[in-house]
Amino acid sequence: MTQSTGHSASLDFTQPEPVDLSSGKYVKLWQGPQHPGITGNMSLELVLDGDTIIECKTHVGYLHRAFEKLMERRNYIQNFTVVCRIAVPEPTFNEYLYSAAVEELSGIEVPERAIWLRTMNLELMRLASFLMWIGGISGAFGKYTVPNWTLAYRDYVLDLFEEMTGARIYHMYIVPGGVRAGMPEGFEERARAIMDGADKLLDQIERVLFNNVVFKARSKGLGIITPDMVDPYGIVGPNARACGFARDLRKDEPYLAYDQLDFDIVTGNEPDAYGRAYCRLLETRQSINLIRQCLERTPTDGPFQADMPNVLHWKIPPGETYVKAECTRGEYGYYMVSDGSEYVRRVHVRGPSYTHAIAVMERLAVGTNIADIAGLMVSLHTYPPEIER
Amino acid sequence: MNELTNRLKVDFDASEITERKPGLTTLKVAKDKAETLIRELRDREGFTHLNFMTCIDYIEDGIFTLVYMLHNYEQKQTLGIHVDIGRDGEEMVSIHHLWAQAWTYQRELREAYGIRFPGSPRLDEDFVLEGWDQIPPMRREFDTQKFSEERFGHREGRQSEVPRDHMKVTLYPNRGGDEQ
Repeated sequence: MTQSTGHSASLDFTQPEPVDLSSGKYVKLWQGPQHPGITGNMSLELVLDGDTIIECKTHVGYLHRAFEKLMERRNYIQNFTVVCRIAVPEPTFNEYLYSAAVEELSGIEVPERAIWLRTMNLELMRLASFLMWIGGISGAFGKYTVPNWTLAYRDYVLDLFEEMTGARIYHMYIVPGGVRAGMPEGFEERARAIMDGADKLLDQIERVLFNNVVFKARSKGLGIITPDMVDPYGIVGPNARACGFARDLRKDEPYLAYDQLDFDIVTGNEPDAYGRAYCRLLETRQSINLIRQCLERTPTDGPFQADMPNVLHWKIPPGETYVKAECTRGEYGYYMVSDGSEYVRRVHVRGPSYTHAIAVMERLAVGTNIADIAGLMVSLHTYPPEIER
Repeated sequence: MNELTNRLKVDFDASEITERKPGLTTLKVAKDKAETLIRELRDREGFTHLNFMTCIDYIEDGIFTLVYMLHNYEQKQTLGIHVDIGRDGEEMVSIHHLWAQAWTYQRELREAYGIRFPGSPRLDEDFVLEGWDQIPPMRREFDTQKFSEERFGHREGRQSEVPRDHMKVTLYPNRGGDEQ
């Protein structure tokens, strides 16, 4: 499929007229915020005609902790405890982008070893996040064996994080100027063993889940994203790649060591829940491959942290920047404005869920059977905290 | 990119054109020309991707700076459009008809800063705050600590410490506060 070269003017973004609930023909049903079929704490306000959804509204805010506001009242180093909490399953992308924005505004050069360690860390994060997601999509369609496998295996990846960073979830490992530590002794060998096991696990998942007739029957044709929706709805990441768009920031605008790694953009031609799931399975395999390349090429000596001034005296020169990286869900970005003081003037966190969980979800849900709404939602891979920030 | 920005300077009086880094340029445009400029960039210049839309509060100057970040996938160029508007009761032209997710950003900006976008769908629906009865919380004058004290009562440890001052007292009390 060819790349989009323009913007489709044919799509109508008009909001539908509200359904007349007083007619007694329809039922309103809230799915979430506490529901196993919801990705995180958010809710869908659904109106049903029989068991078919005819209206969907997404509600967020249940995890709102005002991250962006808090960052304006804390100095740059204090914000590290804030940023990693913006996407719980993928804190590392927040650490990296916050650090990269500070480094860009300050003109800090990151040592080569730290660049490779950061790349490996981001790919390990991608692997952990995809393992969790595969469990999610499988559970959403009633296949409860696979989540037990993947969530258990994710813990082996978290073991690697613990070894490398001292923490399992909020690592605070990537800091402005570099990273906090190098690879521990014997890490490479242990990481390789875990990657080999992950490969075997994905083989089993492909057989058990992707060849399963129930999963195929329910996910094929569900939540089709047509190519003309991609730009008007701001769709990015695997959701766009599954319908043929070869867009990946790691290739298109390489950062860290991605221009030195050997990989191709994964694309698909089935823009439904099944196609998106398969695209993510292939990207999980790709991530394992990239981790192996990083293990091979990451320097074992040399500095992993640039010479930095005392963190208590950081003053970032005035300016603004927008840095972005390819997270598991697509373009993740930090827009940072500095006024030259000790405090950041403004940080805006751009997460792919902002559009995937609201504009895209509300459109795709209409006409879907109530039994498939959880599967549809997980197939879009959304995290509420990056919406409400 | 220079050719485009020069044309925008002539056709739309774009000012403060700044290349922040390779691939990222920002410029400022007047409020009444913003929507036409954004539409032109989308339809004729290939800036088909709305990365995000946000606001910066310059309370000391009495202005909000709206930021529209647009991206051109073909040329790998990102353009940040800055539009200054007044802080109090000012409205901005809506772009909900240009991108499907734009109304969500506008709904958030109405809730967080109090900016109105006439015609934008579901503008007055709550976004992340239910039943909010204070001033819009992202405005600089909104004091989070004062709000917490008043709404939830006093609790020790809620105050923020400036690390430098805190360390002068706790780590280097005998060195006259010199932590260097």
